[in-house]
Amino acid sequence: MHNEHSDTHFQSRIDNGEHIEPKDYMPEGYRKHLIRQMSQHAHSEVIGMQPEGNWITRAPSLRSKQILLAKIQDEGGHGLYLYSAVETLGVSRAELIEQLQTGKAKYSSIFNYPALNWADIGAIGWLVDGAAIVNQVSLQRTSYGPYSRAMVRICKEESFHQRQGYEIMTTMMRGTKDQQAMAQDAMNRWWWPALMMFGPHDSDSPRSGDAVKWKIKRETNDELRQKFIDKTIPQAELIGLTIPDKNFKLDEKTGHYTLSPINWEEFHRVVAGHGPCNKQRLDHHIKYHQEGAWVREAADAYKIKTAKKELVTA
Amino acid sequence: MTTKDATYNYAIRLGDNALILGHRLSELCSRGPILEEDLALTNVALDMIGRAQALLKYAAELEGKGHTEDDIAYRRAEINYHNHLLIEQPNGDFAHTIARQLYLSVFEYLFFTELEKSKDATLAAIASKTIKEVKYHMQHAIDWTLRLGDGTAESHKRMQKGLNDLWMYTGELFEMDVLDTYLLHQHIAVDTIALKAKWQSEIEKVLRGATLTLPEDTYMQTGSKKGIHTENLGHILSEMQYLQRAYPDAKW
Repeated sequence: MHNEHSDTHFQSRIDNGEHIEPKDYMPEGYRKHLIRQMSQHAHSEVIGMQPEGNWITRAPSLRSKQILLAKIQDEGGHGLYLYSAVETLGVSRAELIEQLQTGKAKYSSIFNYPALNWADIGAIGWLVDGAAIVNQVSLQRTSYGPYSRAMVRICKEESFHQRQGYEIMTTMMRGTKDQQAMAQDAMNRWWWPALMMFGPHDSDSPRSGDAVKWKIKRETNDELRQKFIDKTIPQAELIGLTIPDKNFKLDEKTGHYTLSPINWEEFHRVVAGHGPCNKQRLDHHIKYHQEGAWVREAADAYKIKTAKKELVTA
Repeated sequence: MTTKDATYNYAIRLGDNALILGHRLSELCSRGPILEEDLALTNVALDMIGRAQALLKYAAELEGKGHTEDDIAYRRAEINYHNHLLIEQPNGDFAHTIARQLYLSVFEYLFFTELEKSKDATLAAIASKTIKEVKYHMQHAIDWTLRLGDGTAESHKRMQKGLNDLWMYTGELFEMDVLDTYLLHQHIAVDTIALKAKWQSEIEKVLRGATLTLPEDTYMQTGSKKGIHTENLGHILSEMQYLQRAYPDAKW
């Protein structure tokens, strides 16, 4: 007889391309891997609100202010949506936030870099969201149902963000010398960190094995990174931005661009907590979470009071 | 004063209110007590910036000098800004923000309901879109006033303090100057004096439900219709206008 609660059965469902749903049997390792990955994704959306939020009040036109506000709101919405998706795996949002604030859970290291000039808002949309989309498009086919559906929805919005970011870069490259310099400066600072968003090379990626077997991950770090590089370099060249890498070139035989080696020392340093903004990002999250404690307590107290009143009148 | 000039100034006043409140609420991004609230406040900010854009665009058209809504928003000095003093007040704690939202959204609901009847078709159309948004802003502010007022001892104390601290800026909402009166006679502007009693009774009703009390009457601060502001506005504008002022030839 077929045991629905066996790892063999689970793997055969995965191999058949079925979605795994919250109430289905899943191995503990699968559940843990998903909680780690999905919560990291949710935290990234939320922490990502900080560098962009840094520019709302200084956005140089009413239109750009609206677009940026709407974008950040989308990110927050993605965060909420993903937290709900993680909760289907039996962990609460409060626990997830605690893991973030104690450093047990990570968020994308890209947000540990500062947004220093207005073109950074363009670069974040174009490069950071651009890199995220490549990854998320692939994750639309991930094996866990709620995660896959979240990705389908999120991808639609992210592609808007990417276009809006590219539009900022284009406008600035067509603008004054100062604007062009800002755009190039942003390109120089965000290019390599964006490439690092895909994670270590496949040969150095410790968790890839299971994730690929379970079809949580559908393509490897290096495959996704290459897609991003091949897509992005022509976009940069089209508007006159220089790729901050003297050695990049198009390999005519493969049709792929090759680059200088990535500085993995920097990657590991930022992941380990020593990026330019690691401390600020986490401190900010903790500060406003703590400052909001009395508000959450008030909301809870009010809810209990009104529930009691309803009981009495009922 | 021609009707066109007066309407230009009227649109500027309304546009400034939306723009500066949008700015203040934007400052709260990533600083909400819970993620849902972060989104709610950003959403209100977004409505405000949209409203500012519509009103300042209309002002630019009336002015007829080829300016855009951005020129109007980004190139005017404090003295030419005419938002209510209440609007430029700092966010303070969450209760303070909610107190400001409560006073304003109830006022705006009454105001735009009247402005919808304006003989000026553009203002009437903007008002009718605005009412839909303001209903939501008002419900949001009322819900939180109830939760905070009738929540814990601490939230009650903070909410009452927010209401008390801002009370002195509420009188200005109902002031009518020559411009308002002129446009009122032409059935373009709203008679704000006529809104006051209704506003106060609405606020009182909400506060009663929230176990809070209406602040005691005090001297009401005034000045924005003449361009005299609190010290806050200069800081808001220096931040908001920074790029446009630093790179005057740039297009964004």
